[in-house]
Amino acid sequence: MRYMMIIHHDDEAMAKAPPQELWAEYAAFNQALNKAGEGFSGGLRLSPSKEGTIVRTSAGKTDVLDGPYADTREQLAGYFFIDVPDIEQAVEWANRCPSSKYGAIEIRPIVEQTAR
Amino acid sequence: MGDAARRAAERAARDSYGRLLAFLAARTRDVAGAEDALAEAFASALASWPEQGVPANPDAWLLTVARRRQTDAIRRRHTRKTGEAHIQLMTEELEAAGAHPDAIPDRRLALMFACAHPEIEAGMRAPLILQTILGLTAIDIAAAFLIPPATMGQRLVRAKARIREAGIPFAIPEREDLAIRLDAVLDAIYAAYAKGWTEIGDTAAERLADEAIWLGRLVVSLLPDEPEAKGMLALMLYAEARRQARRDAGGAYVPLEQQDITLWDEEQIVAAEALLHAANQAGPTGRYQIEAAIQSAHVARRVTSRPNWDAVVALYDVLLDLTHSPVALLNRAVALAETEGPEAALASLDAIAGDRRMADYQPYWAARGHLCARAGRKEEAHEALTLAIGLSTDEAVRHYLIGQRAALQDG
Repeated sequence: MRYMMIIHHDDEAMAKAPPQELWAEYAAFNQALNKAGEGFSGGLRLSPSKEGTIVRTSAGKTDVLDGPYADTREQLAGYFFIDVPDIEQAVEWANRCPSSKYGAIEIRPIVEQTAR
Repeated sequence: MGDAARRAAERAARDSYGRLLAFLAARTRDVAGAEDALAEAFASALASWPEQGVPANPDAWLLTVARRRQTDAIRRRHTRKTGEAHIQLMTEELEAAGAHPDAIPDRRLALMFACAHPEIEAGMRAPLILQTILGLTAIDIAAAFLIPPATMGQRLVRAKARIREAGIPFAIPEREDLAIRLDAVLDAIYAAYAKGWTEIGDTAAERLADEAIWLGRLVVSLLPDEPEAKGMLALMLYAEARRQARRDAGGAYVPLEQQDITLWDEEQIVAAEALLHAANQAGPTGRYQIEAAIQSAHVARRVTSRPNWDAVVALYDVLLDLTHSPVALLNRAVALAETEGPEAALASLDAIAGDRRMADYQPYWAARGHLCARAGRKEEAHEALTLAIGLSTDEAVRHYLIGQRAALQDG
């Protein structure tokens, strides 16, 4: 089963995180992720959510707004992909991700396109 | 009310619960129905026994509440004709049992064999045993096994349905099948223990280790002639004896060789040694006895100040012959480094270097990193330790490895 692992950072916890240590742990984590095999891949890091732009089209009218999509303390910060047999291993990968200490990892199974 | 009193009351409630559930389920093969029948009685017991003390006859107490429930449930679910016959039979049996509670046959072992039946998915055997024998909730089991609660709940429901649909017998297997089938029961209990052992500082997991040891004792008491059951209980006790020594005062990871032996629990070690001795009367025969013997060679450091590494390597050879497990080979390599040096150990690892299962197996990279460091192969050590760091789920272990990797530059 393929999963998208969505990283949500808690802004407050992230502000207190020791950056050097965190990025060293991330380097190790990404190395392990890339070596784990086909179907595993590191995603890209996203800029802080306040630098985002929101576009919504409704009834032919387009709205362009600044800032985070949702006003919550935890914001989308990045993602990665894994391919493991079961939710157990997915939880293990979430646990290994250094960001799990500074927010939450959301595990979302990827819907497989099946020919019927 | 003290903690000890509460635990004793909970223990008594679980003991009764498992026996009654096994008794009801063995009769109907309907585990979920029997659970429904006992759920309310068990919940009241867990609430009131710690306050009011354990009743003189815990089984009869639970049965009095449960009997009514079970009858109601059957009356609701079945068609009138078969339902009534069922009710009558059940009421008679339960009444006979209630009048002579000593006569309630202990069918927990049979229930465990049903839970660990080959028809039941291997990963669900431990959760199923924890739920049926100990009455743990799906939420508690999910927390200990790090699975979403809803997923655990669904899997438990499916496994119980499977018992009924596949007509899995509630019976202790015949002599010729006993060893293989018992292995499955022991594996399930040991899986529960291993979960409780790896997650440190997590109360749900620590409790799970306790429950697994209790189940191990139960199996030993119900099958006193089976050496593997004793071997597994000994193995759990050896590990448990070292629980306090695995972290230092600051919470940092302490490897086995550097653990302070005064923190080891002597009482548990003595109990483990006695069990192992009893198990090995006819020579070691199974995986758990050999693994327990390896633990025994490690804790020999209490007396000889040094683990008996020759014995450890020899025992891993036997284990490897028996299981052909890459994990056994990995552990053997670590011991081999102590007797023949790190290069010999690394050479022995070549056999599993290409094994797909090792790619994301943290202990493989940690061991490889240590061996390369000792052999002076700094670059390889750095790479292996980096992978081990990336694969660690335990913060203390991750920090320890980061320290080891930093030491490469200084050494």
